[in-house]
Amino acid sequence: MILLEYIVAISALIASGLLVYGLKRMSSPVTAVSGIVTAGWGMLFVTAASFLGIFSVSEAAKPHLVVNVILAILGLVIGGGWAGWKGRSVAMTAMPQMVALFNGMGGGAAAAVSVIALTGPKETGIVPLLVTVAGGLIGSMSLSGSIIAWAKLDGRMNKPIRFGGQRIINAAVFMLTVLLGIMAAFLYHQDGGGIATLLFFIGALLAGICMTVPIGGADMPVVISLYNAFTGLAVGLEGYVMADPALMIAGMVVGSAGTLLTVMMAKGMNRSISNVLFSNFGEASASTATGPQKEAKSVAAGDAATTMRYASSVIIVPGYGLAVAQAQGKLYDFVKQLQAAGVDVKFAIHPVAGRMPGHMNVLLAEAGVPYDMIYDMEDINDSFADTDVALIIGANDVVNPSARTDKSSPIYGMPILNADQARQVFVIKRGMGMGYSAVQNPLFFQDNCAMVFGDAQAVLSKMVEAVKALGTS
Amino acid sequence: MITAMTFIIALYIFMLAAFTGYEVISRVPSILHTPLMSGSNFVHGIVVVGALTALFNASSVLEQVVGFLGVMMGAGNVVGGYVVTDRMLAMFKPSDKAAPQKGAQK
Repeated sequence: MILLEYIVAISALIASGLLVYGLKRMSSPVTAVSGIVTAGWGMLFVTAASFLGIFSVSEAAKPHLVVNVILAILGLVIGGGWAGWKGRSVAMTAMPQMVALFNGMGGGAAAAVSVIALTGPKETGIVPLLVTVAGGLIGSMSLSGSIIAWAKLDGRMNKPIRFGGQRIINAAVFMLTVLLGIMAAFLYHQDGGGIATLLFFIGALLAGICMTVPIGGADMPVVISLYNAFTGLAVGLEGYVMADPALMIAGMVVGSAGTLLTVMMAKGMNRSISNVLFSNFGEASASTATGPQKEAKSVAAGDAATTMRYASSVIIVPGYGLAVAQAQGKLYDFVKQLQAAGVDVKFAIHPVAGRMPGHMNVLLAEAGVPYDMIYDMEDINDSFADTDVALIIGANDVVNPSARTDKSSPIYGMPILNADQARQVFVIKRGMGMGYSAVQNPLFFQDNCAMVFGDAQAVLSKMVEAVKALGTS
Repeated sequence: MITAMTFIIALYIFMLAAFTGYEVISRVPSILHTPLMSGSNFVHGIVVVGALTALFNASSVLEQVVGFLGVMMGAGNVVGGYVVTDRMLAMFKPSDKAAPQKGAQK
């Protein structure tokens, strides 16, 4: 059986190499597609190889082996089939919550491994048991927290739940859970160990819920990214308990990569992680809409389109509203018309446009917009001042100049796109409603700004018509 | 039996893997953040292997139930993560023509 063990171990080694190499390739747009395929082969390989493990199961499990293998195949088919169907059919705009859900499932799987390690007959010793508790805690929190994040992004849970003393209660739940976890590890296979384990996992799931409910929807991307890192960490820790280096490596790589990604996202919103987790965003912002409000100008879609047709440069700032209206395709039609007329068109993407960093890029890519027309905030922010027209579609907070000037604003300090510096600003918007952070936007009342009211899809259709009517000249 | 030495080796693996993850992500253009989050989400789906091993070695009904749930969720993580990432990445393609011409006529 030694040979068999070597085959399994070397398969895992090759697989973890492929997974990390695949992740590396995913970090450049040129090689990204082949990256996920590489990682996919690694995963397929290691999963197949793990089935060789059925030849070396413990004595106690031998009588159950047939049932266990059937259960395993059923689990793979049901879980994989459901997720594959869901992942294929979901709309691109709903991707962030899908990622949250799949991530939660990974956390749940890590927690399940932890349950078995804490209750099963395999003696491991106190250090691995404590590691298992840590992995179980993180995995369970990731599971329940991700489900809450999914519900929030999916619009099933709209208001953040906040109450007095919440932070103290959350801390108490967490401490108690840790205590129960330590008890569960020390009472392994003794009286009370089962109860402690059960209470520990209930507490851990509860802690994940408590941690997530007070966080507002705008911060969810950061939270999902954090839970992604959490799951990675939990997988790595359970890998140690299972004595499986492939799990340790893949889990920990994701744990650190996910942490870095979380920090980068939080930075994009000018918030620290602790700020996201422990402060109640937007609470102190009741008095932002003060001062005399001028009337916002409005302009017809056709007129705005004509202005852009004869401009020499246009920068488009797309926001989540564009995606909600499913107007990316129409927008690109309009852009192609402008390009045909010799207008220099660029897209400016705020780091948190859409609901996740890069989410807007994905949505634009879906419409066929080539990625070399798309610019990051740092690369394009200085160009607004010598641009004729900034066209803002369904975006609000990311172009709110009060983030620069108004210290009382809850978004003060958040880096924004300098769309207000363009010679002319058009804003396509359904109404004068406020953005995700519920903050008034003074840009709309600026002299160089005109609103084009209406659904993005309808407005862009009118714009396409208007430019077509002008003909080519 | 897991000894002190294997514990230390585990810490080394964790440390090096953490550096690897940091390096892999640190030079990424922001347009790839979402696909990459999804991609790393797929990678930690390897937990399904741990769940499979645990389920194969299950000897009680509790272990079988929990192991089954673990395999199911792990498989969901793997397949869902792959499909979503693949869909996102399939959309990245460079423009066919050269960069849009700059500053044409007014």
